Amino acid sequence: MEMRVIRAGMLTTVQDLGRRGHLAEGVPAGGAADPFAFRVANLLVGNPEDAPALEITLTGPELEFAEAAWVAVCGARFDEMPSWRPFRVEQGGRVRFGRRLQGCRGYLSVSGGIDVEPALGGRGTFLAARLGGFHGRALRDGDVIRTMPSARHPAGHWSIDERILPHYSNEPTVRVMPGAHAAEFGTALYSGRFGVTPMSDRMGIRLDGPRLERSATADLLSAAVAPGTVQVPPDGHPIVLMADAQTLGGYPRVAHAAGVDMPLLAQLAPGDSVRFIRSSVAEAHALSHAQERRIGLLRQGLAGKFMSP
Amino acid sequence: MKLEPLGDTAVVATLGSGIDEATLASVLALADAVAAAKGRGIVDVVPAYATVTAFYDPLQFGEAPGDAYEQVCRFLESCAARANGGARSAAARLVEIPVCYGGEFGPDLELVAGRCTLGAEEAVALHSGADYLVHAIGFTPGFPFLGGLPAALRTPRRDTPRARVPAGSVGIGGSQTGVYPLESPGGWQLIGRTPVPLFRPEGKPAALLRPGDRVRFRVIPTREFDSWK
Repeated sequence: MEMRVIRAGMLTTVQDLGRRGHLAEGVPAGGAADPFAFRVANLLVGNPEDAPALEITLTGPELEFAEAAWVAVCGARFDEMPSWRPFRVEQGGRVRFGRRLQGCRGYLSVSGGIDVEPALGGRGTFLAARLGGFHGRALRDGDVIRTMPSARHPAGHWSIDERILPHYSNEPTVRVMPGAHAAEFGTALYSGRFGVTPMSDRMGIRLDGPRLERSATADLLSAAVAPGTVQVPPDGHPIVLMADAQTLGGYPRVAHAAGVDMPLLAQLAPGDSVRFIRSSVAEAHALSHAQERRIGLLRQGLAGKFMSP
Repeated sequence: MKLEPLGDTAVVATLGSGIDEATLASVLALADAVAAAKGRGIVDVVPAYATVTAFYDPLQFGEAPGDAYEQVCRFLESCAARANGGARSAAARLVEIPVCYGGEFGPDLELVAGRCTLGAEEAVALHSGADYLVHAIGFTPGFPFLGGLPAALRTPRRDTPRARVPAGSVGIGGSQTGVYPLESPGGWQLIGRTPVPLFRPEGKPAALLRPGDRVRFRVIPTREFDSWK
């Protein structure tokens, strides 16, 4: 099946759940910035959870379908676009996104998944190295994207229980664990709200708000960082690293967001704000297990809702 | 060895505090031991300067509080006991990188030489006469952080980073030198360029260099640079 890109939208890329084993070569895991929405979007159309799908940023694309297909859009919400439930697009039909209502990144899955070649063990687009996805780049007007054949499709009309969703908000509270240099920064990270600046992307969210003053002055040796790491450059404005962040960092690390709250960060748009509260590694793990149970229940619940052609 | 968490998916082992060969040797020995052991739930390992960071998938461990973190720490301790100061199993490689210095390829060469009160040719002779050691790969895919820059060549970074540094550019930033494998922004002083790709996604491995490699730069003329194309 083929989809033609009528309008590409602001930044639309093919993503998956990331590549592994290449961090030591300087290649980040990458993949969907909001893996929760990405996985659910795939489950809703009967795909494996890691099937390549589109990550849409702020403004959606317009796509024309050469054949009928099932589609789901999860994550950011758009006007006139169903969220968190599958819908059918007829042959020759078009999918259009209205105005963005909430969030920053939407995930559009298509039954079968998008057909792109793997690069370094992943099918997601890593823009900085022009690697993976659709020719290593964002979609452009006029592109034609192929999808894989689909073995099954949703039967009947249904949607999911939205109580299983993360607490998406344009002013969320994100749980963080203290970073290696937390003691050098006092409690300023927990004392106020931080605004999301327009200088934010898949590499990192740059925040504006209370300045974080470091009591130490020693230079640090570069060491591994990861999505979720909150680092503080000399100007005192923290940066939360995201999916495509560089693999090594030399700035002090004040905190690290819990993995289960990465979807909340991924949905922050410029002008939104975020507050941080202190958590622990043990609590973060418990939250991850709990979220996995909720996704497991969703998977079970969906098992009887598909038909094979 | 100090162990501490990097969020909820990694543990950092710190084996020293400086940029030195002995520390790097123990870092590489531990990283190799971690990679060889294929511990349950361990998904990636990153050696850099004085640290080894092991990434893990918490869902592959039990749900008892602290279980995953404690198990990864114990795993790292057992790997360290096995590695115990051993040198990297494979002998260190020496990689020669041809560089065309100055001119359009090294727009900051004159500035670097001037600040170091050297002639441009002396600066090139110093840079290409030294042996370097790869302490880490990062910043962008395949970017080597090299130790061993002669003290006479130390030059501060540019006040304003360039928005686009061409792929292959060889730069100096403070006491470090390195090569930009991809076109990217960058604040280092550019003194030359290599025609050899340092990162090829289709290569196995994709990065030309790895931590522990020794690097030497060889001076080539412009026509040899062009003949690589």
